[in-house]
Amino acid sequence: MKDLFAVAMLSGIYGLLSASLFVTMDAVDVAFTEASVGAGISTLLMLTTVAMTGRSENTVRHKPVLALVVVFVTGALLIYGTLDMPYFGDVQAAANLHVAPRYIQDSFQEIGVDNIVTSVLASYRAFDTFGEVVVIFTAGIGVLALLTFTRRPKGDTEINSLNDSMHEQYLIVRIVSKILIPFILLFALYVQFHGDFGPGGGFQAGVIFAAAIILYAMLFGMSVARRVINQSFVQLFAAVGVLTYGSVGVASMLNGGNFLDYDVLSDDPVAGQHLGILLIELGVGIAVATVVIIIFFNFAGRIGFSKREGNKE
Amino acid sequence: MMDMVIDISSALCLLLGSFLCLSGGVGIIRFPDFYTRMHGAGVTDTLAASMILIGLMLQNPDAIVILKLVMILLMTLFISPTASHAIAKAAINSGLLPLLDNKENKDGES
Repeated sequence: MKDLFAVAMLSGIYGLLSASLFVTMDAVDVAFTEASVGAGISTLLMLTTVAMTGRSENTVRHKPVLALVVVFVTGALLIYGTLDMPYFGDVQAAANLHVAPRYIQDSFQEIGVDNIVTSVLASYRAFDTFGEVVVIFTAGIGVLALLTFTRRPKGDTEINSLNDSMHEQYLIVRIVSKILIPFILLFALYVQFHGDFGPGGGFQAGVIFAAAIILYAMLFGMSVARRVINQSFVQLFAAVGVLTYGSVGVASMLNGGNFLDYDVLSDDPVAGQHLGILLIELGVGIAVATVVIIIFFNFAGRIGFSKREGNKE
Repeated sequence: MMDMVIDISSALCLLLGSFLCLSGGVGIIRFPDFYTRMHGAGVTDTLAASMILIGLMLQNPDAIVILKLVMILLMTLFISPTASHAIAKAAINSGLLPLLDNKENKDGES
Protein backbone atom coordinates (compact mmCIF):
# COMPACT_ATOMS: atom_id res chain seq x y z
CA MET A 1 0.00 0.00 0.00
CA LYS A 2 1.76 3.04 -1.27
CA ASP A 3 -0.91 5.70 -0.82
CA LEU A 4 -0.29 7.38 2.54
CA PHE A 5 -3.73 8.98 2.54
CA ALA A 6 -5.35 5.55 2.39
CA VAL A 7 -3.02 4.31 5.14
CA ALA A 8 -4.03 7.20 7.42
CA MET A 9 -7.72 6.52 6.79
CA LEU A 10 -7.23 2.80 7.42
CA SER A 11 -5.62 3.48 10.79
CA GLY A 12 -8.58 5.71 11.62
CA ILE A 13 -10.97 2.89 10.72
CA TYR A 14 -8.90 0.56 12.90
CA GLY A 15 -9.26 3.01 15.80
CA LEU A 16 -13.02 3.14 15.29
CA LEU A 17 -13.28 -0.67 15.15
CA SER A 18 -11.29 -1.09 18.35
CA ALA A 19 -13.56 1.52 19.98
CA SER A 20 -16.59 -0.61 19.09
CA LEU A 21 -14.72 -3.65 20.38
CA PHE A 22 -14.30 -1.87 23.70
CA VAL A 23 -18.00 -1.08 23.75
CA THR A 24 -18.84 -4.76 23.36
CA MET A 25 -16.51 -5.45 26.28
CA ASP A 26 -18.53 -2.97 28.39
CA ALA A 27 -15.61 -0.54 28.73
CA VAL A 28 -17.40 2.60 27.62
CA ASP A 29 -14.88 5.10 29.01
CA VAL A 30 -12.03 3.50 27.13
CA ALA A 31 -14.17 3.28 23.99
CA PHE A 32 -14.97 6.98 24.27
CA THR A 33 -11.30 7.90 24.60
CA GLU A 34 -10.24 5.57 21.80
CA ALA A 35 -12.91 6.90 19.46
CA SER A 36 -12.05 10.52 20.12
CA VAL A 37 -8.27 10.15 20.16
CA GLY A 38 -7.56 7.20 17.89
CA ALA A 39 -10.28 7.67 15.31
CA GLY A 40 -10.51 11.44 15.54
CA ILE A 41 -7.48 13.48 16.42
CA SER A 42 -4.88 10.92 15.43
CA THR A 43 -6.30 10.54 11.92
CA LEU A 44 -6.57 14.30 11.63
CA LEU A 45 -2.94 14.90 12.60
CA MET A 46 -1.73 12.17 10.26
CA LEU A 47 -3.70 13.65 7.39
CA THR A 48 -2.19 17.06 8.17
CA THR A 49 1.25 15.48 7.95
CA VAL A 50 0.36 13.73 4.68
CA ALA A 51 -0.71 17.11 3.32
CA MET A 52 2.82 18.29 4.05
CA THR A 53 4.85 15.34 2.89
CA GLY A 54 3.08 14.12 -0.20
CA ARG A 55 0.75 11.29 -0.83
CA SER A 56 2.79 8.28 -1.75
CA GLU A 57 5.57 6.47 -0.07
CA ASN A 58 8.96 6.21 -1.72
CA THR A 59 9.40 2.86 -3.43
CA VAL A 60 11.61 0.44 -1.55
CA ARG A 61 14.31 -1.15 -3.65
CA HIS A 62 14.59 -4.48 -1.85
CA LYS A 63 11.96 -6.80 -0.50
CA PRO A 64 11.96 -6.62 3.31
CA VAL A 65 12.10 -10.38 3.88
CA LEU A 66 14.06 -10.20 7.13
CA ALA A 67 11.52 -7.81 8.68
CA LEU A 68 8.68 -10.12 7.70
CA VAL A 69 10.42 -13.13 9.29
CA VAL A 70 11.05 -11.20 12.52
CA VAL A 71 7.42 -10.12 12.68
CA PHE A 72 6.19 -13.67 12.15
CA VAL A 73 8.47 -15.14 14.80
CA THR A 74 7.56 -12.49 17.34
CA GLY A 75 3.85 -12.90 16.65
CA ALA A 76 4.08 -16.67 17.00
CA LEU A 77 5.94 -16.33 20.30
CA LEU A 78 3.32 -13.88 21.59
CA ILE A 79 0.46 -16.19 20.64
CA TYR A 80 2.26 -19.08 22.31
CA GLY A 81 2.57 -16.93 25.42
CA THR A 82 -1.16 -16.25 25.49
CA LEU A 83 -1.96 -19.97 25.60
CA ASP A 84 -0.93 -19.95 29.23
CA MET A 85 -3.06 -16.97 30.22
CA PRO A 86 -6.40 -17.46 31.99
CA TYR A 87 -9.63 -17.14 30.08
CA PHE A 88 -11.00 -13.71 29.38
CA GLY A 89 -13.01 -12.59 32.43
CA ASP A 90 -12.02 -15.57 34.54
CA VAL A 91 -12.93 -15.04 38.19
CA GLN A 92 -9.80 -16.79 39.41
CA ALA A 93 -7.43 -14.90 37.15
CA ALA A 94 -4.55 -13.24 38.94
CA ALA A 95 -5.35 -9.85 37.50
CA ASN A 96 -8.83 -9.99 38.96
CA LEU A 97 -7.75 -11.05 42.45
CA HIS A 98 -5.11 -8.56 43.51
CA VAL A 99 -6.45 -5.04 43.94
CA ALA A 100 -9.51 -5.13 41.70
CA PRO A 101 -11.92 -6.54 44.32
CA ARG A 102 -10.82 -3.90 46.80
CA TYR A 103 -11.36 -1.14 44.25
CA ILE A 104 -14.77 -2.43 43.28
CA GLN A 105 -15.97 -2.95 46.83
CA ASP A 106 -14.53 0.07 48.56
CA SER A 107 -14.65 2.68 45.83
CA PHE A 108 -18.03 4.05 46.68
CA GLN A 109 -17.40 4.37 50.42
CA GLU A 110 -13.93 5.79 50.11
CA ILE A 111 -14.36 8.11 47.18
CA GLY A 112 -18.04 8.52 46.59
CA VAL A 113 -18.14 8.80 42.82
CA ASP A 114 -20.39 6.53 40.81
CA ASN A 115 -17.95 5.85 38.02
CA ILE A 116 -15.36 3.35 39.20
CA VAL A 117 -13.18 4.02 36.16
CA THR A 118 -12.83 7.65 37.17
CA SER A 119 -12.12 6.74 40.77
CA VAL A 120 -9.41 4.27 39.79
CA LEU A 121 -7.91 6.61 37.20
CA ALA A 122 -8.04 9.76 39.25
CA SER A 123 -7.58 8.60 42.79
CA TYR A 124 -6.28 5.08 43.25
CA ARG A 125 -3.92 5.38 40.30
CA ALA A 126 -3.51 9.12 40.23
CA PHE A 127 0.24 8.87 40.00
CA ASP A 128 0.04 6.91 36.74
CA THR A 129 -2.37 9.47 35.33
CA PHE A 130 0.07 12.17 36.32
CA GLY A 131 2.67 10.36 34.24
CA GLU A 132 0.26 10.28 31.30
CA VAL A 133 -0.36 14.01 31.51
CA VAL A 134 3.36 14.72 31.67
CA VAL A 135 3.92 12.51 28.62
CA ILE A 136 1.29 14.46 26.69
CA PHE A 137 2.89 17.72 27.79
CA THR A 138 6.31 16.43 26.70
CA ALA A 139 4.90 15.60 23.28
CA GLY A 140 3.66 19.17 23.02
CA ILE A 141 7.05 20.54 24.05
CA GLY A 142 8.74 18.26 21.54
CA VAL A 143 6.59 19.54 18.71
CA LEU A 144 7.22 23.12 19.80
CA ALA A 145 10.96 22.56 20.00
CA LEU A 146 11.16 21.01 16.55
CA LEU A 147 8.63 22.93 14.54
CA THR A 148 8.35 26.49 15.77
CA PHE A 149 9.72 28.90 13.23
CA THR A 150 10.61 32.56 13.68
CA ARG A 151 8.50 35.49 12.60
CA ARG A 152 7.15 34.87 9.13
CA PRO A 153 8.62 37.06 6.38
CA LYS A 154 6.49 39.57 4.55
CA GLY A 155 5.67 37.31 1.62
CA ASP A 156 3.12 35.84 3.93
CA THR A 157 0.36 38.37 3.51
CA GLU A 158 -0.33 37.20 0.00
CA ILE A 159 -0.58 33.61 1.12
CA ASN A 160 -2.91 34.60 3.93
CA SER A 161 -5.19 36.46 1.59
CA LEU A 162 -5.15 33.49 -0.78
CA ASN A 163 -6.29 31.29 2.08
CA ASP A 164 -9.10 33.63 2.99
CA SER A 165 -10.37 34.04 -0.52
CA MET A 166 -10.30 30.30 -1.08
CA HIS A 167 -12.33 29.81 2.02
CA GLU A 168 -15.11 31.96 0.63
CA GLN A 169 -16.17 28.87 -1.26
CA TYR A 170 -16.86 26.89 1.86
CA LEU A 171 -20.00 28.79 2.68
CA ILE A 172 -22.31 26.00 3.76
CA VAL A 173 -19.73 24.28 5.93
CA ARG A 174 -18.77 27.60 7.49
CA ILE A 175 -22.32 28.49 8.42
CA VAL A 176 -23.13 25.09 9.86
CA SER A 177 -19.93 24.99 11.85
CA LYS A 178 -20.60 28.48 13.19
CA ILE A 179 -23.85 27.10 14.57
CA LEU A 180 -22.28 23.93 15.90
CA ILE A 181 -18.92 24.95 17.39
CA PRO A 182 -20.42 26.50 20.56
CA PHE A 183 -22.32 23.27 21.17
CA ILE A 184 -19.18 21.20 20.66
CA LEU A 185 -17.35 23.33 23.22
CA LEU A 186 -20.30 23.03 25.59
CA PHE A 187 -20.31 19.28 25.12
CA ALA A 188 -16.60 19.19 25.91
CA LEU A 189 -17.29 21.00 29.19
CA TYR A 190 -20.13 18.60 29.93
CA VAL A 191 -17.92 15.57 29.34
CA GLN A 192 -15.21 17.10 31.53
CA PHE A 193 -17.34 17.48 34.59
CA HIS A 194 -19.60 14.50 34.02
CA GLY A 195 -16.73 12.03 34.36
CA ASP A 196 -17.77 11.30 37.91
CA PHE A 197 -21.16 9.90 36.94
CA GLY A 198 -20.81 8.52 33.45
CA PRO A 199 -18.25 8.03 30.74
CA GLY A 200 -16.07 11.05 30.46
CA GLY A 201 -13.25 12.78 32.20
CA GLY A 202 -10.38 15.02 31.35
CA PHE A 203 -8.82 13.23 28.37
CA GLN A 204 -11.95 12.95 26.27
CA ALA A 205 -13.05 16.47 27.14
CA GLY A 206 -9.69 17.95 26.21
CA VAL A 207 -9.70 16.18 22.86
CA ILE A 208 -13.25 17.32 22.02
CA PHE A 209 -12.42 20.89 22.99
CA ALA A 210 -9.32 20.86 20.80
CA ALA A 211 -11.33 19.31 17.95
CA ALA A 212 -13.75 22.25 18.01
CA ILE A 213 -10.87 24.73 17.83
CA ILE A 214 -9.22 22.74 15.02
CA LEU A 215 -12.51 22.73 13.09
CA TYR A 216 -12.64 26.49 13.38
CA ALA A 217 -9.02 26.82 12.25
CA MET A 218 -9.56 24.55 9.25
CA LEU A 219 -12.64 26.36 8.02
CA PHE A 220 -11.70 29.97 8.60
CA GLY A 221 -8.02 29.92 7.77
CA MET A 222 -4.93 29.71 9.93
CA SER A 223 -4.34 33.48 10.09
CA VAL A 224 -7.78 34.19 11.52
CA ALA A 225 -7.44 31.27 13.90
CA ARG A 226 -4.08 32.54 15.15
CA ARG A 227 -5.69 35.86 15.95
CA VAL A 228 -8.55 34.19 17.80
CA ILE A 229 -6.46 31.65 19.69
CA ASN A 230 -3.38 33.42 20.96
CA GLN A 231 -0.45 31.00 20.68
CA SER A 232 1.42 32.16 23.79
CA PHE A 233 -1.79 31.88 25.81
CA VAL A 234 -2.25 28.29 24.67
CA GLN A 235 1.36 27.39 25.45
CA LEU A 236 1.04 28.97 28.88
CA PHE A 237 -2.09 27.00 29.60
CA ALA A 238 -0.46 23.70 28.64
CA ALA A 239 1.96 24.29 31.47
CA VAL A 240 -0.86 25.45 33.75
CA GLY A 241 -2.68 22.17 33.20
CA VAL A 242 0.26 20.03 34.28
CA LEU A 243 1.01 22.41 37.15
CA THR A 244 -2.56 22.16 38.42
CA TYR A 245 -2.20 18.42 38.61
CA GLY A 246 1.13 18.60 40.37
CA SER A 247 0.07 21.30 42.80
CA VAL A 248 -2.89 19.21 43.96
CA GLY A 249 -0.33 16.59 44.89
CA VAL A 250 1.89 19.15 46.62
CA ALA A 251 -1.13 20.62 48.43
CA SER A 252 -1.96 17.19 49.82
CA MET A 253 1.61 16.85 50.98
CA LEU A 254 1.43 20.26 52.65
CA ASN A 255 -1.73 19.16 54.41
CA GLY A 256 0.01 16.18 55.93
CA GLY A 257 -0.82 13.30 53.59
CA ASN A 258 1.13 11.56 50.87
CA PHE A 259 1.61 12.99 47.39
CA LEU A 260 -1.77 12.95 45.61
CA ASP A 261 -3.61 11.69 48.68
CA TYR A 262 -6.86 13.59 48.47
CA ASP A 263 -8.24 12.55 51.85
CA VAL A 264 -6.47 15.39 53.59
CA LEU A 265 -7.64 18.15 51.26
CA SER A 266 -10.76 18.85 53.27
CA ASP A 267 -12.35 17.98 56.62
CA ASP A 268 -14.43 15.15 55.23
CA PRO A 269 -12.30 12.59 53.33
CA VAL A 270 -14.99 11.94 50.72
CA ALA A 271 -15.33 15.68 50.06
CA GLY A 272 -11.56 15.86 49.82
CA GLN A 273 -11.60 13.06 47.26
CA HIS A 274 -14.25 14.87 45.23
CA LEU A 275 -12.27 18.09 45.31
CA GLY A 276 -9.05 16.35 44.36
CA ILE A 277 -10.64 14.47 41.46
CA LEU A 278 -12.31 17.65 40.18
CA LEU A 279 -9.07 19.61 40.21
CA ILE A 280 -6.91 16.99 38.59
CA GLU A 281 -9.47 16.24 35.88
CA LEU A 282 -9.49 19.96 35.17
CA GLY A 283 -5.70 19.91 34.93
CA VAL A 284 -5.83 16.92 32.58
CA GLY A 285 -8.48 18.51 30.37
CA ILE A 286 -6.60 21.79 30.06
CA ALA A 287 -3.29 20.08 29.34
CA VAL A 288 -4.70 17.73 26.69
CA ALA A 289 -6.72 20.42 24.91
CA THR A 290 -3.87 22.90 24.74
CA VAL A 291 -1.28 20.33 23.65
CA VAL A 292 -3.47 19.06 20.80
CA ILE A 293 -4.09 22.65 19.71
CA ILE A 294 -0.34 23.36 19.83
CA ILE A 295 0.47 20.27 17.78
CA PHE A 296 -2.16 21.02 15.14
CA PHE A 297 -1.26 24.68 14.80
CA ASN A 298 2.41 23.87 14.42
CA PHE A 299 1.73 21.13 11.87
CA ALA A 300 -0.72 23.19 9.86
CA GLY A 301 1.40 26.31 10.06
CA ARG A 302 4.15 24.44 8.26
CA ILE A 303 2.05 23.55 5.24
CA GLY A 304 2.35 26.90 3.50
CA PHE A 305 5.87 27.28 4.85
CA SER A 306 7.34 24.15 3.30
CA LYS A 307 5.56 24.76 -0.01
CA ARG A 308 7.03 28.24 -0.17
CA GLU A 309 10.47 26.89 0.65
CA GLY A 310 10.05 24.36 -2.12
CA ASN A 311 9.11 27.10 -4.57
CA LYS A 312 12.10 29.21 -3.66
CA GLU A 313 14.62 26.44 -4.26
CA MET B 1 -54.18 -0.48 22.14
CA MET B 2 -52.04 2.65 22.03
CA ASP B 3 -49.08 0.59 23.20
CA MET B 4 -49.45 -1.75 20.29
CA VAL B 5 -49.57 1.12 17.81
CA ILE B 6 -46.43 2.65 19.30
CA ASP B 7 -44.70 -0.75 19.34
CA ILE B 8 -45.56 -1.47 15.73
CA SER B 9 -44.53 1.96 14.49
CA SER B 10 -41.24 1.79 16.38
CA ALA B 11 -40.57 -1.64 14.92
CA LEU B 12 -41.38 -0.29 11.45
CA CYS B 13 -39.00 2.65 11.90
CA LEU B 14 -36.20 0.41 13.12
CA LEU B 15 -36.71 -2.05 10.28
CA LEU B 16 -36.78 0.75 7.74
CA GLY B 17 -33.63 2.23 9.24
CA SER B 18 -31.79 -1.08 9.11
CA PHE B 19 -32.91 -1.69 5.53
CA LEU B 20 -31.65 1.77 4.54
CA CYS B 21 -28.35 1.08 6.27
CA LEU B 22 -27.98 -2.18 4.35
CA SER B 23 -28.93 -0.70 1.01
CA GLY B 24 -26.65 2.26 1.63
CA GLY B 25 -23.80 -0.13 2.33
CA VAL B 26 -24.50 -2.08 -0.85
CA GLY B 27 -24.69 1.20 -2.73
CA ILE B 28 -21.33 2.38 -1.46
CA ILE B 29 -19.71 -0.73 -2.86
CA ARG B 30 -21.63 -1.21 -6.08
CA PHE B 31 -22.16 2.25 -7.48
CA PRO B 32 -19.86 3.06 -10.40
CA ASP B 33 -18.73 6.55 -9.54
CA PHE B 34 -17.51 8.58 -6.56
CA TYR B 35 -20.47 10.95 -6.52
CA THR B 36 -23.08 8.21 -6.69
CA ARG B 37 -21.26 6.45 -3.88
CA MET B 38 -21.40 9.66 -1.86
CA HIS B 39 -25.15 9.59 -2.36
CA GLY B 40 -25.24 6.11 -0.82
CA ALA B 41 -23.09 7.21 2.11
CA GLY B 42 -25.18 10.32 2.65
CA VAL B 43 -28.43 8.37 2.74
CA THR B 44 -26.96 5.94 5.25
CA ASP B 45 -25.60 8.71 7.45
CA THR B 46 -28.66 10.88 7.56
CA LEU B 47 -31.86 9.04 6.83
CA ALA B 48 -31.00 5.63 8.24
CA ALA B 49 -29.62 7.12 11.45
CA SER B 50 -32.69 9.34 11.83
CA MET B 51 -35.06 6.41 11.27
CA ILE B 52 -33.26 4.32 13.86
CA LEU B 53 -33.31 7.21 16.33
CA ILE B 54 -37.04 7.78 15.82
CA GLY B 55 -37.66 4.06 16.30
CA LEU B 56 -35.67 4.18 19.54
CA MET B 57 -37.60 7.23 20.66
CA LEU B 58 -40.87 5.38 20.27
CA GLN B 59 -39.52 2.41 22.23
CA ASN B 60 -38.90 4.24 25.47
CA PRO B 61 -41.54 6.62 26.88
CA ASP B 62 -39.25 8.28 29.46
CA ALA B 63 -39.10 12.00 28.83
CA ILE B 64 -35.40 12.35 29.58
CA VAL B 65 -34.47 9.58 27.16
CA ILE B 66 -36.65 11.10 24.43
CA LEU B 67 -35.03 14.49 25.03
CA LYS B 68 -31.54 13.06 24.70
CA LEU B 69 -32.49 11.18 21.54
CA VAL B 70 -34.05 14.35 20.09
CA MET B 71 -30.78 16.18 20.69
CA ILE B 72 -28.82 13.42 18.98
CA LEU B 73 -31.30 13.51 16.09
CA LEU B 74 -30.86 17.27 15.73
CA MET B 75 -27.09 16.94 15.75
CA THR B 76 -27.25 14.15 13.15
CA LEU B 77 -29.52 16.18 10.89
CA PHE B 78 -27.10 19.08 11.13
CA ILE B 79 -23.85 17.24 10.78
CA SER B 80 -24.28 14.40 8.28
CA PRO B 81 -25.57 16.42 5.30
CA THR B 82 -22.83 18.97 5.92
CA ALA B 83 -20.21 16.24 5.99
CA SER B 84 -21.47 14.71 2.74
CA HIS B 85 -21.55 18.15 1.17
CA ALA B 86 -18.02 18.86 2.35
CA ILE B 87 -16.69 15.61 0.87
CA ALA B 88 -18.42 16.15 -2.46
CA LYS B 89 -17.23 19.75 -2.60
CA ALA B 90 -13.66 18.71 -1.87
CA ALA B 91 -13.90 16.21 -4.72
CA ILE B 92 -15.19 18.79 -7.18
CA ASN B 93 -12.52 21.26 -6.11
CA SER B 94 -9.80 18.64 -6.66
CA GLY B 95 -11.05 18.16 -10.18
CA LEU B 96 -12.76 14.79 -9.96
CA LEU B 97 -15.39 14.86 -12.68
CA PRO B 98 -18.56 12.79 -12.39
CA LEU B 99 -19.03 9.81 -14.68
CA LEU B 100 -21.38 11.12 -17.32
CA ASP B 101 -23.03 9.30 -20.18
CA ASN B 102 -20.58 10.38 -22.87
CA LYS B 103 -17.95 7.68 -23.26
CA GLU B 104 -15.05 10.13 -23.81
CA ASN B 105 -15.02 10.86 -20.05
CA LYS B 106 -12.83 8.01 -18.84
CA ASP B 107 -11.74 9.38 -15.49
CA GLY B 108 -14.83 8.87 -13.37
CA GLU B 109 -12.87 6.72 -10.91
CA SER B 110 -10.20 8.28 -8.68
